[in-house]
Amino acid sequence: MTPLVRVVGQAISLPEPDLDTDVIYPARFLLITEKQGLGRYAFHDRRDIPGFPIQDGAARPILIAGPNFGCGSSREHAPWALADYGFRVIISPSFGEIFYSNCFRNGILPIRLGETEIAPFRQAASAGGTITVDLERCEVGAGNEAPIAFEIAPDRRQALLNGWNDTMRIQALHARDIESFEDRQRHAAPWLWLNG
Amino acid sequence: MAATLYDKLWDAHVVAEADGKTLLYVDRHLLHEVSTPQSFASLREDGLSVRRPATQLAVADHSIPTHDRAKGISDPQAAAQIALLERNCGAFGIEYMRVDGPDHGIVHVVGPEQGFTLPGITLVCGDSHSSTHGAFGTLAFGIGASECGTVMAAQCLWQMRAKTMRVTFPGQLAPGVSAKDMALALIGQIGAAGAVGYAIEFAGEAVRALSMEGRMTLCNMAIEAGSRTGLIAPDETTFAYLKGRKRAPQGTDWDQALAFWQTLQSDGKARFDCEIEIPADEIAPQVTFGTTPDHVIAVDGAVPANRDGRLTRAIDYMGLAAGAPVEGLEIDHAFIGSCTNGRIEDLRSAAAVIGRGHVHPRVRALVVPGSARVKQQAEAEGLGRIFVQAGFEWREPGCSLCVAMNDDRLPPGARCASTSNRNFEGRQGIGARTHLMSPAMVAAAAVAGRIVDVREWPQ
Repeated sequence: MTPLVRVVGQAISLPEPDLDTDVIYPARFLLITEKQGLGRYAFHDRRDIPGFPIQDGAARPILIAGPNFGCGSSREHAPWALADYGFRVIISPSFGEIFYSNCFRNGILPIRLGETEIAPFRQAASAGGTITVDLERCEVGAGNEAPIAFEIAPDRRQALLNGWNDTMRIQALHARDIESFEDRQRHAAPWLWLNG
Repeated sequence: MAATLYDKLWDAHVVAEADGKTLLYVDRHLLHEVSTPQSFASLREDGLSVRRPATQLAVADHSIPTHDRAKGISDPQAAAQIALLERNCGAFGIEYMRVDGPDHGIVHVVGPEQGFTLPGITLVCGDSHSSTHGAFGTLAFGIGASECGTVMAAQCLWQMRAKTMRVTFPGQLAPGVSAKDMALALIGQIGAAGAVGYAIEFAGEAVRALSMEGRMTLCNMAIEAGSRTGLIAPDETTFAYLKGRKRAPQGTDWDQALAFWQTLQSDGKARFDCEIEIPADEIAPQVTFGTTPDHVIAVDGAVPANRDGRLTRAIDYMGLAAGAPVEGLEIDHAFIGSCTNGRIEDLRSAAAVIGRGHVHPRVRALVVPGSARVKQQAEAEGLGRIFVQAGFEWREPGCSLCVAMNDDRLPPGARCASTSNRNFEGRQGIGARTHLMSPAMVAAAAVAGRIVDVREWPQ
């Protein structure tokens, strides 16, 4: 996974609430079994709407979304498509939970901020201003304004900063913990171990 | 200390803890063709194997066609995706339930049917409707493709403990009202994001009175309220459903498991972070009017006022206006099926409504059983014949018109009465308009050619 430390760039504002992963990545493209090159399908069925900000060649690194962004299906194709399109940071008052978790595993930083905190970033997005996201300091700021702090779980921050692979880290750091859990469960609930 | 059911399930699966998160052990993993190709690819890239193949079970459901299966799969991309699942399962030692076999069906229908889903376990699947399995007192939740790979290799996942929400339904449901209406009424009340960050436990007289099928419908829709997890404490209904199932424990294992399962309920003094109460006897049949499941009203209600313009896009998309009734809206399609309502009891309740009726000439109506076993049982009970004689198409099992990944898709502007779980824009086809409702309501709408109140429907 590509590490994410600092992102500086322009943003796209998409304030509509409840944009679900079916809208972000329509189901018929789920037949694709790769995860590269999906950016062309991001918001595919909205792109013919005049003025819709996500278009070919309009890529910017930051998306300012509306509340409950990424609700619905667990499809990881949604963050794959957004990452491939060029987004590294998504700022929203709230996210669908599975989508939120999927972002971290694909080098996207989802930032939760209140509506009033988001307002200046929306303005900056509309005005073509620059937004700076600093994951080391956990701060986001628009233009020359004083940056504001955002919260993120420490382990998720570390994983993004370092580009860690979750599976490999669990295996490297917790192999003994898993084995001892399994030993206990094999004894306590043998009916779950009948076939191995 | 008094604990909720969720806490008991969580605490029994802690492998390690750090930074306020838990490395949670995963007992069972269901796989399907859409969310795992990239998971297997990452296992290959990292040179990993599957830790406990016996805890994994795979079936293709989203992209398979539901008719003319004997001819093979005409869409080459879908055929390749399904073949890839079978090949990946073979390579990594995971059992795959073949499309032409007796155990085939929708992943959330076959899991319980096989006794693969058990009380007290953790179960995941790369599908948000994994919350379905919580109906058994199973800590079940949907995950992404990367997490599917992690579960296969490491058998655990870093997770954040959720807050707890108890949703109590006191009283009894009126005739014509079902678990689907309970779920939609809840979502209408708390909103599509109302339970984000919470694990819901469903309780109360009306929940206890539900069959396993009804409980699965209720938990299935928990995700549409924003919760990844829906839970119902297991009881005699649960145990009777599981007894004798193929993968459920047998003999002394059953006795030992049962003794444990009987402890799986929230303690009397357990405290929930949030309590919601919805009197069951006040719930009317529900119908969605917009493009998220919380755009929902009672069948005799009207599309709400478009305050601050928030509904503009949704009601334009649906071809409706504020103040319009939903009852009487003409439909073009009817769909009975999906992991929400494709079980035997759903088909029974739909068939009961049809009576001597026939599908309205304008309407195309599909019944898609949730699994091969549901189909077989429905045919044995004579339900298949009722559907066919009434003019419904009687299909092979699959996700079908719920997700429109297969060749079951609606044209732009088509209006569909649907038992599925999502009325999102484009969910049943580009520009298609979905009204979610119960199987009985869909069956009545199919016959009437318009949305009707099943409580006033002659039976």
